[in-house]
This record gives sequence, structure tokens and C-alpha cells, in this order.
Amino acid sequence: MTTMTIAADAFQPPAASAPVKIEVRNLDFFYGAFRALKNINLSLEQNRVTAFIGPSGCGKSTLLRILNRMYDLYPGQRAEGEVLLDGANILDPGVDVNLLRARVGMVFQKPTPFPMTIYDNIAFGIKLYEKLSKSEIDGRVEAALKGAALWNEVKDKLNASGLSLSGGQQQRLCIARTVAIRPDVILFDEPCSALDPISTAKVEELIDELKAQYTIAIVTHNMQQAARVSDNTAFMYLGDLVEFGETSQMFTTPTQKATQDYITGRFG
Amino acid sequence: MNSIYARRRRRNVIIRVLCYAAAAFGLTWLGLILFTLFWNGLAGLNLSVFTQMTPPPGSKTGGLANAIAGSAIMTFLGVAIGAPIGMLAGTFLAEYGRHERLTTVIRFINDILLSAPSIIIGLFVYVAVVLPMGGFSGLAGALALAVIVIPVVVRTTEDMLLLVPNPLREAASALGMPRSLVIKRVAYRAARAGLITGVLLATARVAGETAPLLFTALNNQFWNIDMTTTVANLPVTINNFVQSPYEYWRQLAWTGALIITLAVLTLNVVARILGRERNTQ
Repeated sequence: MTTMTIAADAFQPPAASAPVKIEVRNLDFFYGAFRALKNINLSLEQNRVTAFIGPSGCGKSTLLRILNRMYDLYPGQRAEGEVLLDGANILDPGVDVNLLRARVGMVFQKPTPFPMTIYDNIAFGIKLYEKLSKSEIDGRVEAALKGAALWNEVKDKLNASGLSLSGGQQQRLCIARTVAIRPDVILFDEPCSALDPISTAKVEELIDELKAQYTIAIVTHNMQQAARVSDNTAFMYLGDLVEFGETSQMFTTPTQKATQDYITGRFG
Repeated sequence: MNSIYARRRRRNVIIRVLCYAAAAFGLTWLGLILFTLFWNGLAGLNLSVFTQMTPPPGSKTGGLANAIAGSAIMTFLGVAIGAPIGMLAGTFLAEYGRHERLTTVIRFINDILLSAPSIIIGLFVYVAVVLPMGGFSGLAGALALAVIVIPVVVRTTEDMLLLVPNPLREAASALGMPRSLVIKRVAYRAARAGLITGVLLATARVAGETAPLLFTALNNQFWNIDMTTTVANLPVTINNFVQSPYEYWRQLAWTGALIITLAVLTLNVVARILGRERNTQ
């Protein structure tokens, strides 16, 4: 197995570049002795959507889970290199991961509502770091549910269990929960892979709206989805970042043959 | 129908009949035990059983009031001591120590404790508590029961927490929730029905234990809820009465056995109902 050769122009920054929110520098990641990410360099721009695509096992979810240090939950996993969030390295051992995760929210592949009411699902996260009055929390819960385009469907049953919602609603509840704590960055890990097409369309619309306020990263298996929702796209393969650039350019004139082959469905 | 398929069908019929027969065989004994228990126990079941003390030899009146109260108090104390320890230990195994080697060791030792004969536990508490304290006591009885409760609750707590899907923990952590809150507010809540079921089953398990009480609480013919001295209890009372030559004592033994069985049955049914709620959630 040889690492892919990467042309120098593969990492050209997008033409009209926005301020950088997260910068990944020389990042390696290990599951025990297995090196799952190899010298990754890229940046997430503020108020932009960055998509990570690539075949299964390429490391795109691994990369996403580094950005909020989710991997910290498991022993034997470690990252080397730098991930700068607003210039500060989040891989620094002194970083408080809970505070980091309050700034870098995450929405998962499968909807994960907590076994509590719809209201509490959202209020719980808010109350973790803010001391607010009941009416303030009510307002935040409502705003979050509206932000996740779920308010009209649940406003009359806020005390029903979060588990009573449909899959698509549950996923939007999870987005609302993430939005409610006002993070800077939201990470989406294949957020639509368990959803039907209509729910998927709603979540995609939502992502498009959310980028006005947040910096967004999304891992997806669905190339059309990446093309639809993202501004920048990173194509990964076997732990390497093969190509990173503007989505419009990546999907029309990729500089790497591997990218082109993957996008056109020749492998993956 | 070809011969391979015909043979498969024949074999299916044979196996099915054997399965039904095995089930019927097992259930027959259970049915007979319950029938005998109800037949003999119901005859002596009346209000005085719950209001009067255990009778002296030869007496034609008396009940089990002191034994029922003693059993209830010691079972409650045993569970009150054992269940929190068991839940904390189970939480360690399933949450904090899930990936540690120590966990495997603890789980193995816990499994041994789980299947340890209860008479051994009774002897252990006799040596560790009764002898130093200078006498039998209800407290020692409760401690012996607690030692039996702990491994049961450790096991059920761990099993139930392991059933909580990991993405739920990740989702909670992703909100910036510290580990302790993830466990307390999310994992415990998701596993709540199972955790309660585990404690109820442990209660049912110790409610009928005789051996650990023989060496610890002993027995008491009189009303006593002072846990520093001997306390009456149903299992030991039954054990003493059933071997006696007195007709009335033997009747009370049957009735006491029926009361324990009904109590355990009730606990099991409640545990089942709670468990079903979990599955339909």
C-alpha cells in the first residue's frame, strides 16, 4: 500500500476565503498502533459548511471526532499534531474537554434523544453551563426548536418523551439540543443516513440556515448531499486527505484522479 | 415432497414433542410444589398469624407476627446496605472501568460471590461480626443478607448499563456534560426500569434465605425489633417449626412458607412488569 501522491495545488484555498475557525495542522491519529489519519492539513472557515467525503474507513468520521475530542472517551486512541480553534490548540492536554464540547457541538448518525421529555432534552444542555430563570429557559427552548424547524410539530407536547417522536423529528430535536447551547461549531456525523428523503431534505435546509450563525462540518456518504449543502469539500482516502477545496470546483474539475473516480462512482 | 425434506419435518416433530415434554416435566413439579404449599399453607392462614407472636412448644395459639416483622426489617436493611454498594460497583464496571483490566477481575470475583453457597456467607458474617460483637444480632443478619444482595445488584446494574446504547453517552458528552452527569442523568435514566428490577430481584432472593440468618440473627420467640440482639425471622422459624413434633408449629411453618412465597412472587411480578415497560419504551 502506497500513500497517494498529492499535487501541490490540491490544497489551494478557496478563492473568496472567509476567516478560519478551525485549523488542522499535521494531524495524525492512532487507534492503538493503527494510524488512521496521516498528516492532515485543512481549515474550516467561519460560517461555511465543510463536507468530508470518502469511502468507508477513510478516516472522515475519525477526523470529525477529533474536532470535539470525542475520541477521549476511549482508551488507546490518540491524536498528534495541532487543531487550532480560534488559534488555541484543542489537543493540548490542559484543555477542558467539556468546555470544548460546549463550544463544538455534534449531531450523530442515529438520532440520540435522551430518555426525558422533549423540553428537558433541550433545557438540560442549557442548564449545564448557564444559570437562567425558568422563563429564560423556556425562551431558549422555543428558539432552539424553531431554529431546528421542529417547533410547530412539538409545541403542544413539550412534555412528551423525546423518544415518542419520529426518526426525522428526533434528529431535528438533537440538532435543536445542540443549537440551544450556542456553540461556535457544529459537527454533523452522517446526520441523514438513518432518515427518509423528506426528513433528509429538512435537515439539509436546516444546515443551510444554520451556517449563517455557525461554522459547520459534515461527514456524509452521500455525494449529492455534499454537493448540495457544502461550500468546501475534503475528499479522504485511507487516512489521507487527497483533495480539499471549494465544493463547486471539486465536483466539476477535481485536480486528483482519485477524487474524480470517487465522485463519478468508479469506486467507494 | 422429497425424502430430505420429509426427514427434516419428522425430526422437527420429534424435537418439538421433546421440548414440550421437558417443559411439562419441569412445570409439573413447580405446580405440585405450589399446590402443596397452598393446600397446607392456606389452612392456617388467618389474621392471628399476622397479629400474634410465635407460640411456645405445645401451645395451640400464636402467629408469626414477630417473624414477619423481623424478616421484613432485616430484608429491608440488607437491601438498603447492599443495593447502593452493588449499584456503585456495577456503575464502575459498566461506566468508569469498562475498558480496564481490573474490571474483568472484579466481574470474575463477583460471579463467584454470586454463586457462593449462602451458608458460607452466614459463616463468614458469624466469624466477622457475630463473634467480635459477642452475640447474635439482627444487624449481623442484615449484613449477611447485604453480602448476598451485593453481587446480584452488581451484576444487574452492570448488565442494564451495558444495554444503554453508547451513542447516547457520546451524545450527552458532546453537549459538554461531565461524566458523572452523563451517568446520573442519562445512563441511569435510560436503564432505570432495569436497575429497579435488579434491586427487586435481589430483595426476592434474600427474602427467603435461611442459612445466613441461622448463624447471625438466630431467632427470637418474642417481639423484638432491636437489631442489636436476636431477631425472629420467617425462614429460621419455618426451619425450626417444620421439624417439630407439634402439629400447630408445623401448620405455622406451612403458612409462613406460603407468606414468603407470595411475597417473592409479588416482587417478581412487579419486576417483570417494570422490565416490560423498559422494552416497550
